[in-house]
Parts: sequence; C-alpha cells; structure tokens
Amino acid sequence: MITVENLVKEFGTKRAVNGVSFTVQKGEVLGFLGPNGAGKSTTMRMLTGFMPPTAGRVAIGGRDVTEDPIAAKKLVGYLPESAPSYSDMTVRGFLGFCAELRGLSGTAKKDAIQKVAALCFLENVLHQSVDTLSKGYKHRTCLAQSLIHDPAVLVLDEPTDGLDPNQKHEVRQLIKRMGQTKAIIFSTHILEEVEACCSRAIIIDRGVVVANGTPEQLKLRAKHAGSVTLRVSGPTAEALRGKLSALSLAGDVTVQADGNVTEARILPRDKNVSRDLASSIGDLILAERWKLQELHTEEGRLDDVFRALTTADTKRS
Amino acid sequence: MTESCRNIWTVTKRELSGLFASPVAYVFLVIFLLLLGFLTFSLGGFFERGQASLSEAFFYWHPWVYLLLVPAVGMRLWAEERRQNTLELLLTMPIAPWHAIVGKFLASWLFLILALFLTFPIVITVGKLGSPDYGSIVASYIGSALLAGAFLAVTELTSAMTRNQIISFIVALIVCFGLILCGFEPVTNLVQNSLGDGAVGLLRSLSTWYHFDAFKRGVVDFRDLLYFGSVIGFCLFTTSVVLRGVRGA
Repeated sequence: MITVENLVKEFGTKRAVNGVSFTVQKGEVLGFLGPNGAGKSTTMRMLTGFMPPTAGRVAIGGRDVTEDPIAAKKLVGYLPESAPSYSDMTVRGFLGFCAELRGLSGTAKKDAIQKVAALCFLENVLHQSVDTLSKGYKHRTCLAQSLIHDPAVLVLDEPTDGLDPNQKHEVRQLIKRMGQTKAIIFSTHILEEVEACCSRAIIIDRGVVVANGTPEQLKLRAKHAGSVTLRVSGPTAEALRGKLSALSLAGDVTVQADGNVTEARILPRDKNVSRDLASSIGDLILAERWKLQELHTEEGRLDDVFRALTTADTKRS
Repeated sequence: MTESCRNIWTVTKRELSGLFASPVAYVFLVIFLLLLGFLTFSLGGFFERGQASLSEAFFYWHPWVYLLLVPAVGMRLWAEERRQNTLELLLTMPIAPWHAIVGKFLASWLFLILALFLTFPIVITVGKLGSPDYGSIVASYIGSALLAGAFLAVTELTSAMTRNQIISFIVALIVCFGLILCGFEPVTNLVQNSLGDGAVGLLRSLSTWYHFDAFKRGVVDFRDLLYFGSVIGFCLFTTSVVLRGVRGA
C-alpha cells in the first residue's frame, strides 16, 4: 500500500533524507525508529504529500503522491508530530470539519464522529473547546481525525508522545488492532513500543536506512544476542570456564566469582544455536551436579542494536 | 467541479467560525461603523454639503478605513495556521491548496461585505433627506466591496509569508498604502512635474484609488473591474507560490 523508492530531500545543501526505500503492505505495522534529526518526520511529510521530495517516488495505494496528490491523500490518515488542532473549535466541530474535507456529510459524518470518539475515548469532551483540553485529549483528538474516514493507510508521527502510561497502552492496543486490516507506519523513540505493536521495524539514521527487519531479526543483531548467562554454586571459576569452553556449541566464555556463586557468560559459536547451547549447558549442570541459581538466554536488546547502528557514525565524525 | 466547491465552502465555514470566535471580528465591526460614521458626518461634512449624494462624504473614506482595518482581518489567515501547526493538517487533506486559499479569502471577504452591508442606515438617511441616485450608490458599494477584496488579497499574501501576524499587518498596510498613493492627486502631481505624463499614467493604472474613483462616481467600468480582479487573482496566485516554499519545495 505504501511504496517508497529512493526518497531524497535536500534543504539547501543539507540532505535530510538520502535514498530511503521501503514498502508497507496491508496488515503490516511498520515501526520507524531513529535518533532525533534522522529524517523520520521529513520522510513522513513526504509520504503524506505535505512536502515534495527532491528526488525519488512515493506511492500510496498505487497512486503517486506528487502526480496524483488528492487521490493519494484520500487513502491516508495522518497524525503530525505536533498533533495540531484548531483551538477555537469544539472537538465535535473540529472532527466535523475534518470529516467534511474527507467527503463525509449528513448521517455518515455524524456516525463517523461517534465512532472515532468512542475509539479514542473522546465521548466526554465532544462539546468542549479544544483549547480547554489537556495534552492527552488534544493528542487523541488529532488521532481521531486521522481515523475518521477509516483510511487504508495510517501515517502516525510519534503517536504516544506526551501520553501517560495508561494512554500509551490504549493507543498501542488500538494500533495493533487496526494493523490487522490497514497498512500502518508510525515513528517512535520508545523501543518497547516497537516490540509491542510492530510486525517490522526500520532504523533510520542521518537520512539513511541502517536496518530493516522484524523486531526479532533486529534483536539478533545485538552483540550479546543469543548469549547465555549462568549462575551456579559448586565449581571454581577456572573449573567452570574449562568445562564450559569444552562444550562444542560454546564460543567465548567469561567467568566471574561472586562469593559462593560463580557467574559465567557464554557466547554461542554461532547465533543460530543459542537454544541448543542453553540445553547443552543444562545437561552439563545435571551431569556435574552443580547447584543452579540462574540460567538465562539473552534475547538481544533493541536499544543495543539501535545504539550500535546509530552512534557508530558519530564516533567516526 | 462540485468537489472543489464543497472543499472551498468547508474551509470558508471553518474560517468564518474562527473569525467570529475571536474578538477581532466584533471590534472590527464596531470600529469600522463608528469610524465611517464619524468621518462621514464630521470630516466629510455630509450635512454641510447639502447634496443627496454619498460619493464624497461617505465613499471617499472607504479606502482609508480599509487601509487600517482590512489588514487586521486578513493578518491571521495563514500566520495562525503556521503558528498552530495546523498548516500541516490542512494541506495533507485531500484538497488542492488553492481550495484553501480561495476558501479563506472568501470567508474574510464575506465578513467585510457584511460590515459594508451594516452601513445601510446611511443610505436610509440620505434617502429620507433627499432623492439620491440609487444606481450610483449601488455601483459605489460594488466598488467598495472590490476594494476591500483587493486589500484583503494583499493581506492574505503577506500572511502566508510570515508566522507573525504583526509583520503581516504592517507589510500589508504599507503595500495597500502604496497602492492608494500612486493614484492620489497630491502624489501624482508631484510625479507629473518631475517625470512627465507617461510615468503618471503608468503609476495611476496601478492604483486602487484611481480605479475606485469611477465606482465612487457611480460608474461601473469594465477596466476597473478587470483591475480589481487582477489584483485579487495575482495576490491569491502568489500566495500559492509562497505556500509551496513554506512547505519546503
């Protein structure tokens, strides 16, 4: 539904977006990660037709955003980063305005407003003026306008920004639910959000895509992904190191004594065998009759991956 | 075609609701009517003239009153959108930018026409005191509405250029002042003495004052209609160019 090919955006001499390409199909939720200034919002502004690209192509539902903007925009619901709304209108008035621009009128408009108000928990504030709302409500009002025409594509720029944990949870559930029937792309800094609702994630840094995969695939790229942490009492540090290194699936082994307990971290020889490594360590413990305190396989942490991929450049410069 | 009209009308409605939500609209109406009244009866010497005509006592003042008050109405048109970040919302809706430009213009113009309509007591007054040429009065009102529209279009353009309403107001005021002056007699005489007739002719043709003159006398001349249409058209078109730049084209 969303196709982005070699998107470039220059502001004077600065290249904010430098050859970004990706696709989002119906039923996919794509998480858009990146440090501040990486080009996430700029890319989203080009996706929604607000900003024309310097080069490259964006198509929504097959319609080129530059050549056929109105048809493309009809398919998109957009939540901008600042979650704007007209402060002099009531929530109902604002949603009505957006609904009309989306081609809804009469009872269809009224029903759509009721539906998104329920979806975004705005029923109690429909009659209130937007400037009297708290930040969370203002945010949800803007989210509601992005959903009002039940679009096939949703582009959400930091949809949980500034919301309290309960509200964050609600919005994530909503995104996950809608992701089953829509093509959704949302940008965020919160890595746990990516794990919670995305089927795929892209990490963008300085205008370039540096990673693209499912959250599981991305986590495997972490340095310590697949490593096993072991805490036992029984053997000495050297003895433990010796026995563990002898395992066929073990790679690097680091050992540390901590009072009665010895702690070891075992990296697998090969990322794919980490599960088998844990069970072979389990067998070893049983055979040696050690007292097991903790056996844990490290899944890999997204923020390690994120940091590795996005700060590497800053070190170089 | 009808989809465009629908979009334009939706923007117009929203703009009108925004206009009447702020005190600017009501303050404008009161000041406009009071000021025009004062100028007509006091400075304009309406009663002293002894003529059943509104041309010199009443309509003479319209350009000057519009000069001060129309930028106050138009300055918020785009500056507010940029300040509130709603520009991003508006222009990612499935409408063409010119729908929004025309819709906003129409809303403020309708408001100005309403203000103009509220001056009807003076027409009743002159009708009771004598027998004026009503056709002439209608022509003058048409010209006045077009004049307001021209100043409004200039202000819409300056509003799109800046986030700051005050700057928009000041620049619009200066431009509209220039447009009046380049056809205003004391100025044209000065130019005539130094640069000759050709320069004066050119300068005058750019002036709102000059083109309003025929309307004031009760004449609807096609060339004057063309002038006001061109000013409005040019300013609104340039607004779309400016907006493209604002969006980062």
